[in-house]
Amino acid sequence: MPLLVSYSLKNAFARKLTGTLTVAGIALVVFVFCAVLMLANGLEQTLADTGSDKNVIAVRKSANTELVSILVRADADIIKSDPAIVREADGTPRFTGEVLALIGLAKKSDSNIVNVNVRGGSAASFLVRPAVKIVQGRAYRPGSSEIIVGSKVAKGYWGAGQGEHLTFGGRDWTIVGVFEAAGSGFESEVWVDCDQLGAAFNWPTFSSLTFQIAPGTDFVALKNRLESDQRLTVEIMPEREYYRKQSASFTTFIKVLGMFIAIVFSLGAVVGAMITMYGAVANRTIEIGTLRALGFGRSSVLFAFLAESLFISGVGGLIGIALASLLRFLEISTTNFDTFAEIAFSFKMSPQIALQAIIFSLLMGLIGGFLPAVRAARVRIVDALKAR
Amino acid sequence: MKVFKLITRNTWRHPLRTTLTVLGLAIAVTAFCVIRTTIDAWYSDSRATSPNILITLNRVSLVFTVPMSSIEKVKRVEGVKAVSYAAWFGGTYIDPKNFFAKFIVDHNTYFDLYPQWVVPPDQMEAFKKERNAVIVGRKLADRFGWKLGDVVRIVGDIYPGNWDYVIRGIYTGAKEGSNELNWFARYDYVDERMREIAPSRAGQLGWLIIQIDDPSKAAVMSKEIDNLFVNSSAETKTQTEEAFALSFVEMSGTIISGLRIVSILVIGVILLVLANTMAMTARERIREYAVLKTLGFLPRHLIGLIVGESIMIAGAGGVVGLLLTAFAVIPLLETALSDFLPVVRLTPLTLILGVGSALVVGFLAAVFPTAQAVRTSIVDGLRMLD
Repeated sequence: MPLLVSYSLKNAFARKLTGTLTVAGIALVVFVFCAVLMLANGLEQTLADTGSDKNVIAVRKSANTELVSILVRADADIIKSDPAIVREADGTPRFTGEVLALIGLAKKSDSNIVNVNVRGGSAASFLVRPAVKIVQGRAYRPGSSEIIVGSKVAKGYWGAGQGEHLTFGGRDWTIVGVFEAAGSGFESEVWVDCDQLGAAFNWPTFSSLTFQIAPGTDFVALKNRLESDQRLTVEIMPEREYYRKQSASFTTFIKVLGMFIAIVFSLGAVVGAMITMYGAVANRTIEIGTLRALGFGRSSVLFAFLAESLFISGVGGLIGIALASLLRFLEISTTNFDTFAEIAFSFKMSPQIALQAIIFSLLMGLIGGFLPAVRAARVRIVDALKAR
Repeated sequence: MKVFKLITRNTWRHPLRTTLTVLGLAIAVTAFCVIRTTIDAWYSDSRATSPNILITLNRVSLVFTVPMSSIEKVKRVEGVKAVSYAAWFGGTYIDPKNFFAKFIVDHNTYFDLYPQWVVPPDQMEAFKKERNAVIVGRKLADRFGWKLGDVVRIVGDIYPGNWDYVIRGIYTGAKEGSNELNWFARYDYVDERMREIAPSRAGQLGWLIIQIDDPSKAAVMSKEIDNLFVNSSAETKTQTEEAFALSFVEMSGTIISGLRIVSILVIGVILLVLANTMAMTARERIREYAVLKTLGFLPRHLIGLIVGESIMIAGAGGVVGLLLTAFAVIPLLETALSDFLPVVRLTPLTLILGVGSALVVGFLAAVFPTAQAVRTSIVDGLRMLD
């Protein structure tokens, strides 16, 4: 058996050009396969990480995003008094009412004007999201026309850097700081004082209420308590789940598209592998005859050729995965269908994706190599030895 | 002509290998055409626009509104023929998965500015009589099995509450390939309820639709209209209808560029497959080429033989791919996407590019084997075993 394995491995690249071309084909297919999955994974992770396990968010019932959710101040006062909410030493609840709006900014990459989230928050907005850190300048002063921008906004849009000015809602806003938020979706947002944003846009309402609940809180009970309150029309969700849901349309779309592309591409690669393996079988008819004459059975020959094909596709798969891993240094930005806002994220590799990719590549090798291997196994010794 | 015969014979020396290669090429060309057609479908709404329509929306972004009072100001601008308005309704029909575009429009003027939506006169009359009437596209009605007179409940989000609508009209597109997936309900019905529950939001419009008499003045008039609202609480951005529609397409710009890259990569995959086939072929025939050279064949004859064979295989793959695309895959795609993208149509340009890229692949795949065949000396070629 070890002999056959080394025979297969050595043969795989006996034809340098042919072997290389086949490997390249499979690598390219696996690369595209990984890239698509990494794209979906990148957005999903970025959004999921935007929410925190400790936080709960309330939006208006049946509003799937903050953008179309409207809650009045009275709603906030009712929810704020719930006993499950963590309180600071002075007794104020760790609770923030926020208003979300979209403003148009010009992207640096193509100068297209796209929608960017503007989040009007309060001092507690920073308390419930400890990941948010000012990395340049300082926080906005409440009650002023000052704003801070996420690092992705500062980097990705014209006129959105530290010290620059943005105009919206009939006001001129000064960018006094840039913040990071551990790579989450907040880095694609502009933050401002809620009351100032509300005044500028004449929106005396909230889009969402976010609060931290004490460890060990029974979430289901809390949800039932607030959702069944006659005075409220709200939906209560763990913050993490809420943000993860925001990626649903996009990831579904990308995954469906990705499957279509992967299948079509793999058909091409399978054909390539088949051609190579049929060629290998045809060229080595005498060798096959010799092996058989030496006493190797048909199944051994079948195995040897399948192993060769699997080896070629496996190498291609690994190269494809390695190339795709490089994509994680690439940052892209697109409009999220669910929120209508632009969000920046990176391609993200995961062990599952790598595993799927390697299975996918071996499958291509198996399918591409099977028929040629069967042909090799069926060669008759006598015919083979007089082949030339 | 004899060379042509030789090429044909050569092509069929390995029927299995050739068949597989043609098949691979056909799949790649099909994929290429499908991806391009999908991208085209994305842009279809922006192509169906009219040059003498301008759209005015709030400068900040589309979640902000334009007050009703701006209509009178715009009407006074010289060259404006008519003004209508609309807003995005949002809302959910039973399940978020049943997404479709829901607009609320001015029932008196909207359809006058959009002659591409054809509504039977009696249905239009019914729409104008009843506040909770709605006109839906034919394909949308088919998708959910709605008939005239059906009551459809939408759960609102931007405009909170439950909204019961009666289907009073079904429009069809004036031209083949119009978007028949829209929902047009009456603005006044929604506005009336907003006046009760959220008075600050009453009389607020999503965008104005402005018909102008001379499309060549679109740019000048856009500026003129925006100047009317400078320093007001709702500054505006006026653009042609096409630019408005394109701004939505461009939101998915990154995905579209991604798809374009993928459509090129699929050609790359198949280039590798064909190059492999040609490399194997040329390798097997090195002795033969040496013989041909001895017989007096010049390098250009060999180039013709190999490139000709490669292009013949590629061309066959291209043609099979096109047939597959036009008669099998596109009709399938049309059914699959009909609920989401209004128009799925294969354009001549896509077909030309599909075949064209196959031929380019055919040429490129032959380069390396040709160089090898030409370079190998007669003696080396004849000495070659295997």
